[in-house]
Amino acid sequence: MARMRYQQALARALRDEMLRDPSVFVLGEDVRASLRGVTRGLAAELGDQRIIDTPISEQAFTGFAMGAALAGHRPVVEFQIPSLLFTAYEPIVNQAAKFRLMTGGQAKVPVTYVVPGSGARMGLAAQHSDHPYAMFAQAGVKTVVPATAADAYGLFVSAIRDDDPVVFFAPAAALGGREEVADDAGPIPLGVGRVHRSGDDVTVVAIGHLVRDALKVAEELAAPDADGGDPISVEVFDPRTIYPFDWAGLAASVRRTGRLVVLDDTNRSCGLAAEVVATAAEELADALVAPPRRITRADAPIPFAVELEVALLPSRAQLADAVRSVAAIGPRGALAQEAVR
Amino acid sequence: MSAADLYRTMRTIRRFEEQIVTLVNANEIAGVTHEYIGQEAVATGVCAALRDDDVITSTHRGHGHVIAKGADVPRMMAELLGRTTGLNRARGGSMHIADVSLGIYGANGIVAAGAPIAAGAAWAGLQAGSDRVAVCFFGDGAVNQGVLHETMNMAGIWRLPVLFVCENNGYAVSFAQEQATAGSLVERAAAYGMAAVRVDGMDVEAVRDAAGALVAAARAGGGPAFLECETYRFVGHHTAEATMGLGYRSDEEIARWRERDPLLVEAARLDAAAVAEIDASVEELLERALAFARESPRPEVSSARDYVYASGLVPREGVAV
Ligand SMILES: Cc1ncc(C[n+]2csc(CCOP(=O)(O)OP(=O)(O)O)c2C)c(N)n1
Ligand SMILES: [Mg+2]
Repeated sequence: MARMRYQQALARALRDEMLRDPSVFVLGEDVRASLRGVTRGLAAELGDQRIIDTPISEQAFTGFAMGAALAGHRPVVEFQIPSLLFTAYEPIVNQAAKFRLMTGGQAKVPVTYVVPGSGARMGLAAQHSDHPYAMFAQAGVKTVVPATAADAYGLFVSAIRDDDPVVFFAPAAALGGREEVADDAGPIPLGVGRVHRSGDDVTVVAIGHLVRDALKVAEELAAPDADGGDPISVEVFDPRTIYPFDWAGLAASVRRTGRLVVLDDTNRSCGLAAEVVATAAEELADALVAPPRRITRADAPIPFAVELEVALLPSRAQLADAVRSVAAIGPRGALAQEAVR
Repeated sequence: MSAADLYRTMRTIRRFEEQIVTLVNANEIAGVTHEYIGQEAVATGVCAALRDDDVITSTHRGHGHVIAKGADVPRMMAELLGRTTGLNRARGGSMHIADVSLGIYGANGIVAAGAPIAAGAAWAGLQAGSDRVAVCFFGDGAVNQGVLHETMNMAGIWRLPVLFVCENNGYAVSFAQEQATAGSLVERAAAYGMAAVRVDGMDVEAVRDAAGALVAAARAGGGPAFLECETYRFVGHHTAEATMGLGYRSDEEIARWRERDPLLVEAARLDAAAVAEIDASVEELLERALAFARESPRPEVSSARDYVYASGLVPREGVAV
């Protein structure tokens, strides 16, 4: 058992998979020198053909990975900046992710696209601060946004082993977080969420680095507030995989709490939170005692000045307010249990 | 490949395409298709230089490449008619037709998108210690797509065995090649440090010989190469163009190129009896193909979300259940 940083867990998962499976190789910009820290030392250990530095040609190296995958390899494509996924949207969404359907199941395309450092990073401004995971979920591409080191390890292993294209977002704000990762840690299945904290009153769905914020808010609200308001028991549910989403896990939680707040770092319009709230409204209406809420990024590009950046990102204060507002509606605790029965 | 075999492949493509036009116009094939009529010598000549384990990536105008690489013609016909016995189980149609087992990594609906896929496959061949090559077919319209240039550069720096085959038919839909492209195509390719050759794309033997030399060099470790084939499509950009009256080229121009019909060029090298015998057997093949396709089942609508994920994941429906 070792306590390690998220980024180290990613590096360990990659190395473990590369040692286990000779068909795994990495390509991307500055991966031999390991600018992003996930491939450090691997070129020296495994050779230049397993860790391939590419020219700054995102469309070509992303499509290249697909060709290599069709010919039997398991490429891992690293993107230096989350917004680079916009330049590679065509080869991922329109080529790799549709190939199996278009060929009637003739081939598999096991490529992993990884962004080690997604989302805002304080001061990188509009073109380096995107978190475009909902865009891939919307297109039906398997998409993972792990929140913690152990999840990063297990989900990276699964993404690499998966026979379909998988986009893997490692949020910049989560990369420094530490967690125990077992020496014999294995894959964590895609599409299975994790309850980080159980609670009875409100389900908070939080994604990626926002899980930590949700846990802090849950902690605060568990104590009676300064005005003597009742403690609120918050359940923090992390889907971990954005697509396929763990709808069963969401339903199990919301059916117990009857309330839902989603905390999501994609834009408000057509973001992931919109999908979660819409699905809950349609499919869990009988269980909901309060209208669901969502706290998201604003519908705007990230400005440079840090206070402006922070003003547009989802915050703990917004989450706490939303949780209090839904908790104020309907019976709670034992009463709620009775109502559900 | 003998002159008779070259002619047979070209004749198969030509007659396949002519039948497809009829079937599209009769609404027996949905959508539109992009016919290869006039360009048969390119796919046929290039694929004559290839082995079964070589890879090709194709274009929106892909039937010729797929036939020349050896795909089963009845199953192609079934695919175009939307039948479950089709190569792609009725999921691909004309623009995505593929047979991965034959190294046909798909026709492609996006101009130039096949280029990096071919490069990745070529790299994989090198890793496997094989001398197989990958051929990337594309039109003159693709030469102004960034991804093609990114890929030619990558193939150049990594010395990948990729043959870039540009089918210069003079037009990208209605836009004339000289108006679209600054400078010369072969000079552009040569700037990436690869051999770049222009050949008469209406003479299948010239194409086969030029491609053969470049493929042999690539197999021997010589890196990528570029082959520009000067050719022409005798028909519209796609089946629907006939009724659109786009008027971007003259009947005289088409007639001039038809004089150099690649099938006539090659037939002149064979004796008439051999040509007649091949023509008859091609008719027989196509009749069989159409009968097979028509007799084959249409897909069950309940299977519309099948084959999306290798892991077996089934996508959600568009309505809550
Ligand atoms: C990237 C992209 N842009 C536009 C189109 C629409 N389109 C389909 S074919 C075509 C012309 C292609 O011309 P060329 O590459 O010369 O091939 P040809 O049709 O002449 O065989 C265009 C513009 C497309 N499919 N993909
Ligand atoms: Mg053209």
